[in-house]
Amino acid sequence: MPNGALPVLDVQGLKTVFKTRGGEVHAVNDVSFNLKAGELLGVVGESGSGKSVTMMSLLGLLPMPPAEIRAGRVMFDGQDLLKVSAEELRKVRGGKIGFIFQDPMTSLNPVFSVGYQIAEPLRKHMGMSKKEAAARSQELLELVGIPDAERRLDDYPHQFSGGMRQRVMIAIALACDPQVLIADEPTTALDVTIQAQILELMQELREKLGMAVIWITHDLGVIAGIADRVMVMYGGQVVEHAPVQELFSNPQHPYTAALLKTIPSISGKRAARLTVIEGQPPLVVGAPTSCPFRERCAKAMPVCAVKVPTRYEIGAGHDTACLLADPLEVANAG
Amino acid sequence: MLDNPKKALVSVRDVKMHFPIHTGVLRRKTGAVKAVDGITFDIMEGETLGLVGESGCGKSTAGRAVLRLYDITSGEITMDGIEIGSTPQSQLREMRPMMQMVFQDPQASLNPRMTVEAIIREPLDEHTTLTAQEKREKVAELMDAVGLNRAFAKRYPQAFSGGQRQRIGIARALALNPKFIVCDEPIAALDVSIQAQVVNLLEDLQEKFGLTYLFISHDLSMVRHIATRVAVMYLGKIVELAERETLFAEPLHPYAKALLSAVPEPDPALARKTERIILQGDVPSPSNPPKGCNFCTRCPEVMDICREVEPEYREVKPRQFAACHLYNET
Repeated sequence: MPNGALPVLDVQGLKTVFKTRGGEVHAVNDVSFNLKAGELLGVVGESGSGKSVTMMSLLGLLPMPPAEIRAGRVMFDGQDLLKVSAEELRKVRGGKIGFIFQDPMTSLNPVFSVGYQIAEPLRKHMGMSKKEAAARSQELLELVGIPDAERRLDDYPHQFSGGMRQRVMIAIALACDPQVLIADEPTTALDVTIQAQILELMQELREKLGMAVIWITHDLGVIAGIADRVMVMYGGQVVEHAPVQELFSNPQHPYTAALLKTIPSISGKRAARLTVIEGQPPLVVGAPTSCPFRERCAKAMPVCAVKVPTRYEIGAGHDTACLLADPLEVANAG
Repeated sequence: MLDNPKKALVSVRDVKMHFPIHTGVLRRKTGAVKAVDGITFDIMEGETLGLVGESGCGKSTAGRAVLRLYDITSGEITMDGIEIGSTPQSQLREMRPMMQMVFQDPQASLNPRMTVEAIIREPLDEHTTLTAQEKREKVAELMDAVGLNRAFAKRYPQAFSGGQRQRIGIARALALNPKFIVCDEPIAALDVSIQAQVVNLLEDLQEKFGLTYLFISHDLSMVRHIATRVAVMYLGKIVELAERETLFAEPLHPYAKALLSAVPEPDPALARKTERIILQGDVPSPSNPPKGCNFCTRCPEVMDICREVEPEYREVKPRQFAACHLYNET
């Protein structure tokens, strides 16, 4: 491990497939990553890239069938989360691993008060009494910056605005002092000024509580501001992984490089025309036999159609799944 | 604006769109949601006016009101020299061909039971007397223009991806050779790598057909790319309107400043250096806006007068309009 820090979460060779009438959709293909204490790992990808399915797989949140986890190992707290019983997993979920979903409108239960919903994990996981849980709930609401917390505990989700609801979701995720927080597009449904509030809050909380965070998003701007390391996903695979500064200044995978060029800047030079990635993201049906980005790639070679790239290390903590970086192919070409 | 050599294609003067709130058993009118509360702007021929703001600020309602998809509460709208603010819907129908709309969600705005050909042909059926053969040719031309394969004319919308569906919606909007198109968040539902494709297409079509756009979006970096001038809305009112470069470099209104500073910059070195203005609290309800300036409840530079008197929307610097007491000389 670089930095010498031990990973709190270590995922190796995760493979998730969905059985559909059209064949097996390989949503997650051999995904490996780890998360060190206190760091923020950004996961970037477009819809269908497998970023959410990866996280749901390791939390056991996918409906099985149609989903099936074919292979992999998810080490957390000395145990493999893919092997433990449903009962054990339930203790981890919402306890030592907290999570926040994209849409604060649909992930809160409309018929229970906000106070009840924050207290629920406290009573289930920490065995607190009603009174203790209520006091802690109020603390949590204050922590996430909801004014007049005591009174608002009795309010229902519809009485909160979108940004406030997302704060409530964060409060629930933080209830049991998680070591790891998984946030799946937590600010996508929010306006930019509210997003800025939430991002600042998250940074504050990370410093205060020292937890590790996985932040899933399609917004490279958000990643640039908060992540320590970034993992770029495409077609169910990790195509590039690097420290944040390195990824933005020295992208090695053609997809990462192209993606960085397609987004217009808010303060830099204005391009006369936007760079385009032609074509559509793929749906990987059947086991992959080629590079998923090959059909849209400007640098595609004949070998890309017949060989699945694996992740090749190209620098300190920087690897890419592109055959251009495959030492074997480089030797052949040279 | 009057000394501008270019002609204004669309002129909007103090347009208001209030939706009544009915409550109680008798459904009596007890209030109104002031979705658009007095907006004034011109759109010059051939330009793209960007309209930005956060959800609920009234930007979509403004776009629909300009096209008279609503019967507006008050105000004047001039489209190519013709006053349409108070024209009854039945007479507006004749003017529909020149003003069209591209909707946000291509999934919801295309009829799943109609083929692509039928969708693009529908405006031709309604507004022209072309023969079936002529219509077929026109549809094929439109499909070429937006980059759809002619061979897919008999397919249904669900066979297409989001980006392609948006192209179908654009082809339909172009069918009657409009002069003016309102694009309401045309790329919000698309993936990042597809957004650039659609934006480039819109720019190409503008050049080719001399179109004028009202481009409504919450994505400020994309608006900076496509718009000639940009208007910023907050709670039913335009708080600032200026040339693109002016607005992004030197915004005047505190809300415009905060909004621009909140946009994440896709560059780690820059992103960590930028001073963000974090606004406190939420947007007030448009059915009960605050007294004085609409932004006074969240403004970092609020003064006493802001809570009493509504600021006038005026030309603060040449070609830069703003509604803020900070820029009143007296």
